[in-house]
Amino acid sequence: MEDVKEIQRRLHPPMVEGDHTFATATDRISDITLKRKTPFGWFIGFGIGFILLQIMMITVTYLVFTGIGIWGTNQPVGWAFPIINFVWWIGIGHAGTLISAILLLLNQKWRTSINRFAEAMTLFAVACAGVYPLLHTGRPWLAYWMFPYPNTMGMWPQFRSPLIWDVFAVSTYATVSLLFWYVGLIPDLATLRDRAKNKYFRIAYGLLSMGWRGSARHWHRYEIAYLLLAGLSTPLVLSVHSIVSLDFSVSQLPGWHATIFPPYFVAGAIFAGFAMVLILCIPLRVWYNLKDFITDTHLIYMGKVMLATGLIVCYGYVMEAFFGWYSAGEFEVFMIKNRIWNGPYWWFYWLLILCNGVSIQFLWFKRFRESAFWLFIISLVVSVGMWLERFVIIVTSLHRDFLPSSWAMYAPTIWDWSMFFGTLGLFVTLIFLFVRFLPVISIFEVRTLLPEANVHGHQEDFEENVLESQRGIKS
Amino acid sequence: MDKNIYGLLAEFDTATQMVDAARAIRDAGYTKTDAFSPFPLHEIDEALGVKKSILPFLVLGGGVAGLLTGLGLQYYVHVIDYPLVVGGRPFFSLPAFIPPMFELTILFAAFTAVFGMLFLNGLPQPYHPVFNVPRFALATREKFFLVIEAKDPKFDYEETKSFMESLNPQEVFDVEE
Repeated sequence: MEDVKEIQRRLHPPMVEGDHTFATATDRISDITLKRKTPFGWFIGFGIGFILLQIMMITVTYLVFTGIGIWGTNQPVGWAFPIINFVWWIGIGHAGTLISAILLLLNQKWRTSINRFAEAMTLFAVACAGVYPLLHTGRPWLAYWMFPYPNTMGMWPQFRSPLIWDVFAVSTYATVSLLFWYVGLIPDLATLRDRAKNKYFRIAYGLLSMGWRGSARHWHRYEIAYLLLAGLSTPLVLSVHSIVSLDFSVSQLPGWHATIFPPYFVAGAIFAGFAMVLILCIPLRVWYNLKDFITDTHLIYMGKVMLATGLIVCYGYVMEAFFGWYSAGEFEVFMIKNRIWNGPYWWFYWLLILCNGVSIQFLWFKRFRESAFWLFIISLVVSVGMWLERFVIIVTSLHRDFLPSSWAMYAPTIWDWSMFFGTLGLFVTLIFLFVRFLPVISIFEVRTLLPEANVHGHQEDFEENVLESQRGIKS
Repeated sequence: MDKNIYGLLAEFDTATQMVDAARAIRDAGYTKTDAFSPFPLHEIDEALGVKKSILPFLVLGGGVAGLLTGLGLQYYVHVIDYPLVVGGRPFFSLPAFIPPMFELTILFAAFTAVFGMLFLNGLPQPYHPVFNVPRFALATREKFFLVIEAKDPKFDYEETKSFMESLNPQEVFDVEE
């Protein structure tokens, strides 16, 4: 039997460690919200996020009263920090949808314990992203003009513009992500409702869980709806960053006008997103003692996804340079030279290669992949790298235009930085609130992973199959 | 027999026990039954005779409606109401219309999936008789429950109760209306 256990372990590493039952798994996860005293560290983390959020509020107030001239955004770099940060945030969101939707369709069981907070991360990242185009319009109180509605001005949005595609893509993405997340939460909210001792919590969770009672007929439709949402989110997530990349590649600007952009952006989004999932889950599983559910296997798998998508992104860098040269277009060649070694921002490019290209090569080695510490460090480096990538694409393409007379340098002002750190604060605040008030791991899906969930001893059948195949190998 | 009874609820410790009991109940000819479990159990669908949901077709309809809305909206705006030459493209420039059409397809289909599921399930439904059994709170944690409703044609309080007790449950509860 020992051999069988070992083989089974190697073939299918357990996604839940420890001897958990339905009850202990439920309690461990729901107690974070209901019973456990809020750890001191939570107040520190939330406090830092909240202070940064206030900086954002100050910036937004000043911005609305003054105008976007307080930012360094100006001709020729008219798309500076707001778009860099928009693309960075929205990219981070993509890993959440990838984990919850694509890995569900691919029947990857390891998604189960990380999908909930990855989806939450998606929502919060999209919220941070959405702030930028809204404010970059300069008149955020008129942002509803971007939506098609009959109005007295007789005006319509220009549907041939990628910017309007973006409005549709991002608003659909935010809505569908919210629906997907909420549907996944309903059974767990019912668990919290039934376990909460505090009256107000019980009422709040009761309202949110809509009276879920786990009926077989409900589960049947629930699972269909969940699977369909996954099927819908999969092309959606690929379309969102493709459309974001079309904002650039539909234009005629050297450095933006490239067919590689959609896949290259999508891979970069997933790459950055997995880095952020790792940044969030490595401390989370330590602070809240969740190593049984977010196991080392999970971290290793995420490291592998990061390596794979990172390599696709590196292929994108190579192709960008290759196309610049191969086009033999004067402006394209100039742009590539300017970006890589001739221009004033050359060192951004090399920093980017260092962060995104070199750092991930360590993930080829087991030693780094299996160490939570190194994964955390590499993820931080990758997050910086992906931010630099957007900076390089946007600023180096714009600051040397076709006409030398319109050339200029770009530098962010203090308000650019306060806005950026402010959205980080918004993100951190929302994450901490989420960890405090909602189950960070999908409890009902974890239950399905436990051996108890097998009806009529499928587990024994499986062990027998393994034994048989083992005998086959020996003979 | 108490008049205000919704049905009888049996509690089980394991999924296997509940599925076996559900089969026995079906074989005994009960039809107004339901099962409650802390996670989706595929085996129970067959045991209870849960019919395949029409939800996928509703979602398909939602998606098609979204697609047509996207196409119709853009056609109306750019061909009928406000024709304007942009970038030398024809008024009806279909390739450029595809992204909004695609997004609206997904949006409408997703709304149909979620609200269709809730509607077909009769949710939100804050009150349900089974909640009157205090032990039922464990249905969202670790226990499995089967209910036979009083409106089942075969339902007879004494007989059904003794039948349910023969299925090896932890306990059988009366569910008050």
